[in-house]
Amino acid sequence: MRRHRLAAAGSAVVVAASALAGCGSGDGGVTINVYKYPQENFQKIVDRCNEQADGYRIVYHKLPREADGQREQMVRRLAAEDSGMDVLALDVTWTAELAKAGWIKEFTGSAKSQVENGTLETPLNTARYEGRLYGAPDNTNVQLLWYRSDLVPTPPRTWDEMIKMATDLKNQGKPGLVVGQGKQYEGLVVLFNTLVNSAGGQILDENGTRAIIDDNAVKALEVLKTFATSPVVDPSFSNAAEDDARLAMENGKAAFQLNWPYVYAAAQKNPTLAPNFKWAPYPSINGDEAKVTVGGINYAVSAFTEHSEQSFDAVMCLRSAESQKFAAINDGVPPTIESVYDDPEMAKPYPMKEAILETLKGASVRPRTPAYQNVSTVISTILSPPASIDPKATADRLRQELQDALDSKGVLP
Amino acid sequence: MSHALTTETKEKPGPSPKAKAALSEGKKAERRLGLLLCAPAILVMAAVAGWPIIYSVWLSLQRFDLKFPDRVEFVGLDNYVTVLSNSYWWNAMWITIVITVVSVLIELVLGMALALIMHRTLVGRGIVRTSSLIPYGIVTVVAAFSWRYAWTPGTGYLAEIVAGGEPVLTEKIPAVMVVILAEIWKTTPFMALLLMAGLALVPDDLLKAAAMDGANAWQRFIKVMVPVMKPAILVALLFRTLDAFRIFDNLFVLTGGSQGTSSVSMITYNNLIKGLNLGIGSTMSVLIFIAVAIIAFIFIKLFGTAAPGSDNGRR
Repeated sequence: MRRHRLAAAGSAVVVAASALAGCGSGDGGVTINVYKYPQENFQKIVDRCNEQADGYRIVYHKLPREADGQREQMVRRLAAEDSGMDVLALDVTWTAELAKAGWIKEFTGSAKSQVENGTLETPLNTARYEGRLYGAPDNTNVQLLWYRSDLVPTPPRTWDEMIKMATDLKNQGKPGLVVGQGKQYEGLVVLFNTLVNSAGGQILDENGTRAIIDDNAVKALEVLKTFATSPVVDPSFSNAAEDDARLAMENGKAAFQLNWPYVYAAAQKNPTLAPNFKWAPYPSINGDEAKVTVGGINYAVSAFTEHSEQSFDAVMCLRSAESQKFAAINDGVPPTIESVYDDPEMAKPYPMKEAILETLKGASVRPRTPAYQNVSTVISTILSPPASIDPKATADRLRQELQDALDSKGVLP
Repeated sequence: MSHALTTETKEKPGPSPKAKAALSEGKKAERRLGLLLCAPAILVMAAVAGWPIIYSVWLSLQRFDLKFPDRVEFVGLDNYVTVLSNSYWWNAMWITIVITVVSVLIELVLGMALALIMHRTLVGRGIVRTSSLIPYGIVTVVAAFSWRYAWTPGTGYLAEIVAGGEPVLTEKIPAVMVVILAEIWKTTPFMALLLMAGLALVPDDLLKAAAMDGANAWQRFIKVMVPVMKPAILVALLFRTLDAFRIFDNLFVLTGGSQGTSSVSMITYNNLIKGLNLGIGSTMSVLIFIAVAIIAFIFIKLFGTAAPGSDNGRR
């Protein structure tokens, strides 16, 4: 009697398991699951690609809005070798981590040449790790200097000039604040990376295995400290993210803003600010060109996909010149294919496209290491608040804790 | 009177070895059956609780970082040295201890007051009890979000009224205070509920007799009610201390661990889930496990807390 019951229970489990397994295969056709952050008009791009798709259907799954949440969800499923994810939209800083862990496929052969053909070099660099290509750049991003042309006739070229101009404005009783991102988060790392690279320094070495933080990085820390303690810094700088900086400028408190190009569209809705809202290249440290940190999104193909060929095919369509143009105009994300910038339809929404292209050519990439998440956390923790930086000592601490993070010996705060 | 009570608790007879030896055949068979009936539950517990604990101890002895799958090696106690000599860990430990001690003490006082009120209420007892339990019934994350917005300048009333428009959640000490406040608001009802069960144990006759002997209200509370309630108080404290020590959700929403406000659970989450460092992360979870075990040990051995209903405690 007892044995019979056990057998019955056993077979019930087997039935249930096979029913569960059956769920995955769907209606017989191949489904390519794309995981991307919530992008307003992305479904339209997916729909258009589905019309062209041969033998598969793309399904768009929305990830959380915050970058941390996106990464966490994907990484957790990848660690479990989940075959339900095919195409992943990755922040440019995650390439190394996922590639090193063996969770994303390398682009080889014709897929590689298709991606490399016509794509801007800097965004392409963010998709490379140890000389191999692991992603297809979808969109890119660089910060520019935004200023009020009614207060500033000619934009400053260096940080020193900018601080001096702002101080003069302030002394005349005019709005003279400089606003940017100083909160303890990725934005502060972006600022630090820009400053270090502009000063000719390095955070990590080329292989991403050793912390450098050389004398030029100390110089970058000095610039950051000088700015953070100057009278023209926004009092809430140490707690400001992108939108805080944007709002401070729109409210008429600031003359200068360091921010991504999305602020342009927002400023156009403000009739008093719009006519005077101008842009210029990011201020440099030495008077030459600043090496601005590049942002953006790359598509990668999961190593655990069961439909590799179709996944690569889908990526090519999702990031095609046509898709990128559509996203640039409708969702405001700068393209990574150079020819898209020359499209006449781009002129109106992107009057600053020349500045973006110019900046992109000299842009810098954030440290390429599988431990990027740790590196970023260490940097933002140690540099926060920027006003209390002590350049030499801070540099030593950075070097030590970054090295620990790279050796997986460090503890994340 | 309280003397009599305490001596009585001390005199409780433990199961003497003699009694064990005198087990009859029938008793033995009964015990075997009892063990057999327990076995499935124990096996399931071992599978779902025992194995993960053993596995995390094993992980904590290795350098195991999912980002570097080719660098897995056995490192002995290296991870423990790393964590225990790290300032972030100790900062998190202190934050956790401060939050635990302060919030549990205030909860005990407020919970006791609330329990007395609920116990004494004559009219609308149901409504009083239900309404005081509302904070406990709200999902912590939802409650934490409403606290966060309340303390955010621009969207929140508390930030304007109490803090004068300052962003309190962006500074370490004020942020910790807000977290403690949210914890207290959330779990005082739970404390009150456990204490009320203890209040029900106090016989009315005892209180009446004390009143006859001339004890005032405060003396009756301290000398009669508290000693009788002691087991209930200790259980309530133990539950809340263990709970508060593992604080995560309130902190996660309110500060996200910025400005050095991470608790030990948060820092473990950051290393394990965000950092994918299984070695360091497991080390931290083992350390939290040990800390929780120490707290439980102190309560049970030193203060003599007993689980409600167990033989060794008060009847």
